[in-house]
Amino acid sequence: MTTSTPPIDTGKLDEIIRQFEGKKTNLIAILQKVQEIYKYLPEDAMTYIGSRIDGISPATVFGVATFYAQFSLEPKGKYEIKVCDGTACHVRGSMPVLDAVKRKINLKNGKMTTENGMFSLETVSCLGACSLAPAMVINGKIYPKMTAAAAEIVIDTILKENV
Amino acid sequence: MEKVKLNIDIKQEQLKAQEIIKKQGRRILVCASTGCLANGALELIEEFKKLGANADILTNEVKMSVIPTGCIGFCEQGCLVVIPDKKLTYVHVKKEDVEEIYNSLKNGTVVERLLYVDPALNKKIVNNEEMNFYAKQTRTALRNCGIINPESIDEAIAAGAYSALSKVLEINEQEYVLKEIEDSGLRGRGGGGFATGKKWRSVNRHQGGKSYVICNGDEGDPGAFMDRSVMEDDPHKLLEGMAIAAFAVGADEGYIYVRAEYPLAIKRLKMAIKAAEERHLLGSDIMGSNFSFHIHIKEGAGAFVCGESSALIASIEGERGMPRPKNIHMAECGLFKRPTLLNNVETFANVPLIILNGASWFASMGTEKSKGTKTFALTGEVNNTGLIEVPMNTTLRQIVFDLGGGIRNGKKFKAVQIGGPSGGCLTEEHLDMPMDYDQLTKVGAMVGSGGLVVMNEDTCIVEVARFFMNFTQHESCGKCTPCREGTKQMLAILERIVKGQGKMEDLDMLQELGEVIKAGSLCGLGKSAPNPVLSTLKYFRDEYIAHIKDKKCPAGVCSALKQYEIEADKCKGCTKCARNCPVGAIEGTIKEPHKINQEKCIKCGACKDNCPFKAIVTK
Repeated sequence: MTTSTPPIDTGKLDEIIRQFEGKKTNLIAILQKVQEIYKYLPEDAMTYIGSRIDGISPATVFGVATFYAQFSLEPKGKYEIKVCDGTACHVRGSMPVLDAVKRKINLKNGKMTTENGMFSLETVSCLGACSLAPAMVINGKIYPKMTAAAAEIVIDTILKENV
Repeated sequence: MEKVKLNIDIKQEQLKAQEIIKKQGRRILVCASTGCLANGALELIEEFKKLGANADILTNEVKMSVIPTGCIGFCEQGCLVVIPDKKLTYVHVKKEDVEEIYNSLKNGTVVERLLYVDPALNKKIVNNEEMNFYAKQTRTALRNCGIINPESIDEAIAAGAYSALSKVLEINEQEYVLKEIEDSGLRGRGGGGFATGKKWRSVNRHQGGKSYVICNGDEGDPGAFMDRSVMEDDPHKLLEGMAIAAFAVGADEGYIYVRAEYPLAIKRLKMAIKAAEERHLLGSDIMGSNFSFHIHIKEGAGAFVCGESSALIASIEGERGMPRPKNIHMAECGLFKRPTLLNNVETFANVPLIILNGASWFASMGTEKSKGTKTFALTGEVNNTGLIEVPMNTTLRQIVFDLGGGIRNGKKFKAVQIGGPSGGCLTEEHLDMPMDYDQLTKVGAMVGSGGLVVMNEDTCIVEVARFFMNFTQHESCGKCTPCREGTKQMLAILERIVKGQGKMEDLDMLQELGEVIKAGSLCGLGKSAPNPVLSTLKYFRDEYIAHIKDKKCPAGVCSALKQYEIEADKCKGCTKCARNCPVGAIEGTIKEPHKINQEKCIKCGACKDNCPFKAIVTK
């Protein structure tokens, strides 16, 4: 069990479980709701859910959570940056954009969240916005037709807003 | 069976809805789909409303309303503003242009500078019908996309939604529906191309207890967004298609599995279901008949393999989305171990029009064994990226050069990657081939979901093959060995080759591994994962050899095999490159030719892209 994270609010978790009728077929939806609140899935929350829903164990919850790319077991940044690396974005140059962002927010040692918790970065396979390729999304907002230089400007703007 | 008298007359409903729409006056359509939203479509809509084009406060003086619509498909040119009654389309519209458009509509003039310029004819297009991009399409599944406001059920009903369902419920014969779908020759639009009518009949045979209808909206193929468009832009068509299917197979409950990356689709489908239930067009005792059908939305959580039918079912049941062996057919034992019909979004979207216009109308389009129309997402290095729908006998040449307007920046056509990570490459020799299921399979590609990524001479085919293998390797669920281990080995070999460390034996090994994975994998993901590699090995073997023997990337893409250099005679010493270089690898004094330190260079290309004198070259 992790001790460094703040304790989870089991009342809130119970409410979510109730909202989805405590059914194990709704496990994915329950985890999505939990992630909405915490921005990731705390281990304690998963264990708790596993012990509250009939017919599943904490191991099942962990199995489902690790299977789907949407779930993160680590806290995400305040700004969640997604660089689309679908085919259309890839052939129009999404990798230089990714590299530029990585450099700009100073990600190191294979980590995907910055040390100050400001940014997290990931690639997604396709946002279905292929005509805007290469596309980047920050907290739900789509930035179309990115270049390395344009992506740096976007990050700069965010940094300025947060001084 | 006797005809059933319904207590909702859909024709009356349609007339009522059309009256409501007439009151809007002249309709100004602004595309508010993902693409145009990113380009600021909401601001345009607000601006039009501010000026008075607002259906809620319509005055006699200004009879105009701005209508947010779904995607009209011409995403490259967004934001798009269409005025249907004047057959006008304005492209690349910005907030500042709104007032001018508004005034021109009042004065009966045309804003010339915002018209679309046909790149081939170099001519401004005043009449929509002359736009090649639209004129060469036959929009069936996408018929209403971009024309109606997807958040208004009245707009859908005015355009004919639920008329086909009403017809089916009146006739009240499952056999009638099954026969129509069989005769139409409709095949599954999700990739496999299985005969839809045959599938429906086999589920129908197992009816009696609880049965389900599932719509597969887990459009995970990178480079494909046609299902997203139907779900976001014409949700009622999908719901109606599912209801008709449910009637035909004796199901009363349905699920739409939508990938989590499509939040707008989820929102609009939920709205549409609620609105349709309120009008008794879905839900219990639909339109006063004794047929009930309830639809639920299930959100995916980001796993490509969930597009596979048995994995999708596992996911709906709340488990890891891993495929199950199919020794028992889903028609007998599917979701919650009950008979289940599963079709793709586009397949369902074709159903209402087949019922309304008849099987022979649908069968008159396409080729002998591939009937009707197919949507394609046209992307990559082509002038007109966007969403198109064409009869299945359309050739690749017509799609890329007539609709797509040819290759961007006057470059040369190299290949088209079709069908995403499960598909293959089509080259120049395939340009005149019709895009039908069987022809494509014959040449080692597949329709798949219909993603067409156009590649030009600057695209490295080996790198693209590596890209797809990386994708499928990452998405392999790990259940069966050939897929889990095989894709890993293939990827490792491809990574070596793009780094210039490949050996000639690698090519035989790729071939052998590919064949084993295809033969030995449990589900469609593994069975098709080697396709991009096998098809590029077949058509672009010399590019693989160039990487291995000459240590050269002919397209100049693979960074390990290229070097940026400054040509001293062209360099004016402006220092721009040195300032742009993120790693300080460029040295030199002002007004003297600069030099790149190859040890430090990370090959990002920032210097080359920004050099005003084109003095930087890749070697």
